[in-house]
Amino acid sequence: MEQAVQVKELRPPITHIGVIGWVKNNLFNGVFNSILTIVTLFLLWKVVPPFFRWALIDSAWHTTGQACRQAAGACWSIISMNYRFILFGFYPYEEQWRPLLAMLILFGLLFYSRDRSHWKKPLAYAWIIGLFTMGLLMKGGIFGLSSVESTQWGGLPLTLLLAVFGLTAAYPLGVILALGRRSQMHGVKALCILYIELIRGVPLISLLFMSSIIFPLFLPEGVTFNKILRAQVAIILFTSAYIAEVVRGGLQGMSRGQYEAAESIGLNYYLTMRLVILPQALKIVIPPTVSQLISAFKDTSLVVIIALFDLLKTTQSVLSNPEWMGFSREAYVFVAILYFLGCFSMSNYSRKLEKELSRGD
Amino acid sequence: MNTEKKASEGQMIEFIDVHKWFGEFHVLQGINLSVDKQERIVICGPSGSGKSTLIRCINRLEEHQRGRIVVDGIELINNTKNIEKIRAEVGMVFQHFNLFPHLTIVENLALGPIWVRKVPKKEAEEAAMYYLDKVHIPEQARKYPGQLSGGQQQRVAIARSLCMNPKVMLFDEPTSALDPEMIKEVLDVMIELAQEGMTMIVVTHEMGFARSVAHRVLFMDFGKIVEGNTPEEFFKNPQHERTRLFLSQILH
Repeated sequence: MEQAVQVKELRPPITHIGVIGWVKNNLFNGVFNSILTIVTLFLLWKVVPPFFRWALIDSAWHTTGQACRQAAGACWSIISMNYRFILFGFYPYEEQWRPLLAMLILFGLLFYSRDRSHWKKPLAYAWIIGLFTMGLLMKGGIFGLSSVESTQWGGLPLTLLLAVFGLTAAYPLGVILALGRRSQMHGVKALCILYIELIRGVPLISLLFMSSIIFPLFLPEGVTFNKILRAQVAIILFTSAYIAEVVRGGLQGMSRGQYEAAESIGLNYYLTMRLVILPQALKIVIPPTVSQLISAFKDTSLVVIIALFDLLKTTQSVLSNPEWMGFSREAYVFVAILYFLGCFSMSNYSRKLEKELSRGD
Repeated sequence: MNTEKKASEGQMIEFIDVHKWFGEFHVLQGINLSVDKQERIVICGPSGSGKSTLIRCINRLEEHQRGRIVVDGIELINNTKNIEKIRAEVGMVFQHFNLFPHLTIVENLALGPIWVRKVPKKEAEEAAMYYLDKVHIPEQARKYPGQLSGGQQQRVAIARSLCMNPKVMLFDEPTSALDPEMIKEVLDVMIELAQEGMTMIVVTHEMGFARSVAHRVLFMDFGKIVEGNTPEEFFKNPQHERTRLFLSQILH
């Protein structure tokens, strides 16, 4: 009787596993892909090391504009010497701790709100108090804070103000418009369609122009609205029309049976929407909604055309200073990084939210 | 069971010359029907005959265009409050279950009681557990509908309706979307419900169920109730040619 011999377990050939296997399967699986890989590697070799040399090694970090021109690499001095103007614009220099503190409160609240288990009543109160405090800090006028007119607001706080209020107000408005567009009531439906199509039919720039130039013409003499507020309203109106169409897509994806089941247990229209339809429909459209919100965030930079000094405009102002002229690459890279951080955290958060909400599938 | 005399405590549902059109198509052509309290009715008929539309008119998922429908003394008219009141009293079970996929089973069941009946959450969930027990799946309470089999989902759907303490239950082809091995578990729950004296109107082709449970079997064709009779008479002695043809097709 033959003895069973313990054979050493056979492993797949070395060319199919591990690093070599991966490289073979993903980079060199065919003539075309191999050529593509080699060309790409060559381009990376040509581009990446010089970039690092420019950005990190030959660069000037904290010098005058004059000294910068001698340096072979990037002139980050334009940021380090001007960061307070870029971030806070014309806000009085001595008072700039106030917008800084306001922003920190905002970031703190946003960070704490990440976790859905924190979405309870106290958080709502925290937001109300937080928003009130932020407004107080920015505007001043009491508690010994000197008054700062909103015409002096600028830079990152202005961008964040327009973005945060713009997005949080546009989203619910968009949902209401989407529901209105699918309403049985013909008047409501017609109004919503008219609104959505009119707003989508014009560029944001023209809305901003209208809000700053044409709208005041219709106001009685002596009555004025804050310019930032007008831009804010224009952004909200514009974004909500796009959100409405995205949400409508989600609503159309809901089966008739869900409505019928909700109705058959006696839920009225409002409860059917709130408890059954919207939770499902809004979840489906998280990806396009976030795209829309990200694009709205970036669109806030268009307020430069009505002479509001948002982050992009303050950066450009620094560039028009003779001492720093010509360092636009560095300045724009810096602004791009700030915008990227904002957009990337939004998309990151949406992915987290999607994961959490997909338990039922 | 059907031999026992039903306890007639008065009328639950009444149709008086009800007509309905889908565009040009005349789906219901003068329906007259009276359903007593605790009566169990099975409606059968070829597809497109209007049987689903008929029961969907009872809780206003479809609107009738002529005639009158009275449910538990309330006439169905175009009044939102009125309709919501009737819907809370009328349970409905659908062919495709229509559970709410984003809620757990127990949340599905407690939704109506909490929001329509204003029952405290804890109490509503206790009631939900009681009814889940009745349909024999208390262990699934914390799962989501997508994790359950078709038969289990349909039993949850029945329990969801029962949670509202309905006076009448409507079943719209409750077993048509199920795999054959799951039909029995759903029918068993329906039979138990019948034994407790629930008023039921069931659209189904399960003739075994009709035989053992129904007080009356109705046959519908082309938007009319062609005939209605006790199960024995209906199956033994169908009066109309169309009924005989239909029965021969489905009974083989």
